[in-house]
Amino acid sequence: MNFEFTEEQGMLRDSVARFVQDSYDFDTRRKIAASDEGMSRENWQTFAELGWLSVPFAESHGGFGGGPVDTLVMMEEFGKGIVLEPYLATVLLFGGLLQRGGSVEQQAELIPRIIEGSCLGAFAYLERQSRHVITDIKTTAAVQGDQLVLNGEKVVVFNGASADQLIVAARSSGEQSDEDGITLVLVPADAAGVERTAYRMMDGQVVANITFNDVRVPVSDIVGEAGEGCAVMSPVITRANVALAAEALGIMGQLNAKTLEYTKTRKQFDVPIGSFQALQHRMVDTFMAYEQVKSLLYRAVCELDGEGDDAAACVHALKVLVDRNGKKIFGEAIQLHGGMGITDELDIGHYAKRLMMINTTFGNGDYHQAKFNELRYSA
Amino acid sequence: MDTSFAPEDLAFRDEVRAFFAEAYDSELQARLNNLETFKEAVIDWQKRLYRKGWIAPGWPKEYGGTGWNATQKFIYETERSAAGIRDVIPFGLNMVGPVIYAFGNEEQKARFLPGILQSDDWWCQGYSEPGAGSDLASLKTRAVREGDEYVVTGAKIWTSYAQYADWIFCLVRTSNEGKKQNGISFLLIDMKSPGIKVNPIVSIDNHHSLNEVEFNEVRVPVANLIGEQDKGWTYAKALLAHERTAIAGVADSKRSLAETRAFAEREVNGGKSLLSDPLFQKRLSDIEIELMALEFTELRVLATVAAGGAPGAESSMLKIKGTEMQQAVQELRMEVAAYYQGVLPNDLTPEQLGHGFGSQARQTYMYGRASTIYGGSNEVQKNIIAKAVLGL
Repeated sequence: MNFEFTEEQGMLRDSVARFVQDSYDFDTRRKIAASDEGMSRENWQTFAELGWLSVPFAESHGGFGGGPVDTLVMMEEFGKGIVLEPYLATVLLFGGLLQRGGSVEQQAELIPRIIEGSCLGAFAYLERQSRHVITDIKTTAAVQGDQLVLNGEKVVVFNGASADQLIVAARSSGEQSDEDGITLVLVPADAAGVERTAYRMMDGQVVANITFNDVRVPVSDIVGEAGEGCAVMSPVITRANVALAAEALGIMGQLNAKTLEYTKTRKQFDVPIGSFQALQHRMVDTFMAYEQVKSLLYRAVCELDGEGDDAAACVHALKVLVDRNGKKIFGEAIQLHGGMGITDELDIGHYAKRLMMINTTFGNGDYHQAKFNELRYSA
Repeated sequence: MDTSFAPEDLAFRDEVRAFFAEAYDSELQARLNNLETFKEAVIDWQKRLYRKGWIAPGWPKEYGGTGWNATQKFIYETERSAAGIRDVIPFGLNMVGPVIYAFGNEEQKARFLPGILQSDDWWCQGYSEPGAGSDLASLKTRAVREGDEYVVTGAKIWTSYAQYADWIFCLVRTSNEGKKQNGISFLLIDMKSPGIKVNPIVSIDNHHSLNEVEFNEVRVPVANLIGEQDKGWTYAKALLAHERTAIAGVADSKRSLAETRAFAEREVNGGKSLLSDPLFQKRLSDIEIELMALEFTELRVLATVAAGGAPGAESSMLKIKGTEMQQAVQELRMEVAAYYQGVLPNDLTPEQLGHGFGSQARQTYMYGRASTIYGGSNEVQKNIIAKAVLGL
């Protein structure tokens, strides 16, 4: 039993931490968030040069062959800087789907391009009616000869406006919310019939609604088996959820640290407000809330890494705790910062807003608690 | 990062299971559950553990410990809880024993440790006083040196099982100079000494396990002083961190929650199993999810200790969260028992009564209120974390 990171993982962590510290201060981030794409392509090239884009990919494709723990250490550091560049969308989702379900040809063509930073990707899975049930899909993929014809609309596609390539979850058979009958399709973002409408979210990222009007791609662009898309996307999303929890942990750590620091310097009634027991106990509560998330994250990562039987339940539990404790931590951070806590000028609100977006991604706390209960308490 | 069990760990787990299955027999369990035979049954059980060599997993091997690593200790605790076996009575084995081997002299070690390991001496803890609870250092029981003896006068309170005890370890005031933490000494006192009087306190669960212990000019040999006079606070503090870690009881809460779930599955509400009620499921998983996290928080602390660190302020967090979880499970079990939660102990069978666990749920819930108060109240633990971890 050990909770240590390997030397390689430590180096990876230090490398991301150094970047965040040296090149991603809050003002820099603010400028990136205000740019057209809501992220920096220059930074993306740096990520490629530092090898970060290769981490989860197999060595046979030029990757680092990393596992969930490697992703964890990076995402936690990204969280500390609320990094905007589309690591989740391009590497973990788009790349993750290719790595798990892509054909030899698809992998050979696209993974090296992701790694060198020349291909930005996105996973278009949500629709207007989906909420947290991602198998609720109306977009259709119909076979016509050796082509697939896509029709429908995807919403809130992370990195959807900047992506060069999309993987679209479409329905090829079955009822609207069936797990069976979902087909994942690789679509170039500039294909005829693809229309993108970009907009900004509260955490600074630019997303897109994407419509598909008789978009035609060869059937060889299906990722995995036709109708079997769920089997490919489920494990990728499970891992993405753990990665998001790691990002959330980084954010929670920053919120707690910044709040603690503030209460040691901010004076009211001639004393630092941190000397008030009412505030001390609240900060102890948020400290414990943070430690509990960390423990459950480590548990989930160990389960995933060891392919344990309890991985699914652990990840549901983790999402529940990230939601609950995240809200508690950012709520206290804002409250203890007083009036400054509700300004745009201070970074606290920006950490809070990213945490809120994480909680809505791939199911909120209530959704995952219902799933957890189903696994645990339904015969 | 890896928490999977190696083959030798799994073999160890099987050995622990096999031993518990054989040694913790139904005859012994019946005696443990009977108030009349409780004391001798506890001693019997602890002697079985002693003969197996497993009585003191937390002690260094040279003093009679097991030499287990953190994983083995975790497995042992988990299996003990899973088998429904209560932890050993902590006062000798988990509390005064470690103080004696860490701070006592050779003569004291030779004199007291065997009796603790073999459960021949029943110990109780003399810390809290009528005027000193969470503010432990304000204690007033005084010990005045007269030749080769201390003369002890004062009172201790909330003393669990003092009515059974052969010995009491006490914090006493030997000086009023300087800070109140200075001037406290750590004394071992024979409960048969003239001048000691034990007054029972019946607690909110209708049971008698707590007592007030009065000391009226009790004469204690100076040879029973641990370490140096006036330095007792240092020794007690080292012990408190261990005590808090032990109080967390994560494995016991897990078992207790599993039992509660099993009870709920059998309870019928409007023709359906209570376990299928979504609101009940939510309450259950609120606890289960926190416990899943807390189990790993405990493992992380264990791993730190195994790597040579001491359980510091993290033990305060374990105490707070652990006792909160215990109470959450106890409360949920009361909900499952519905109106049967009000049943007082009686001689009726579950068949006659119509229900099996209401009285036990009530007793555990009621006495469970103590856990957030003892060992330093949870509010005091928060003060400790604020100071030691947050630097406030």
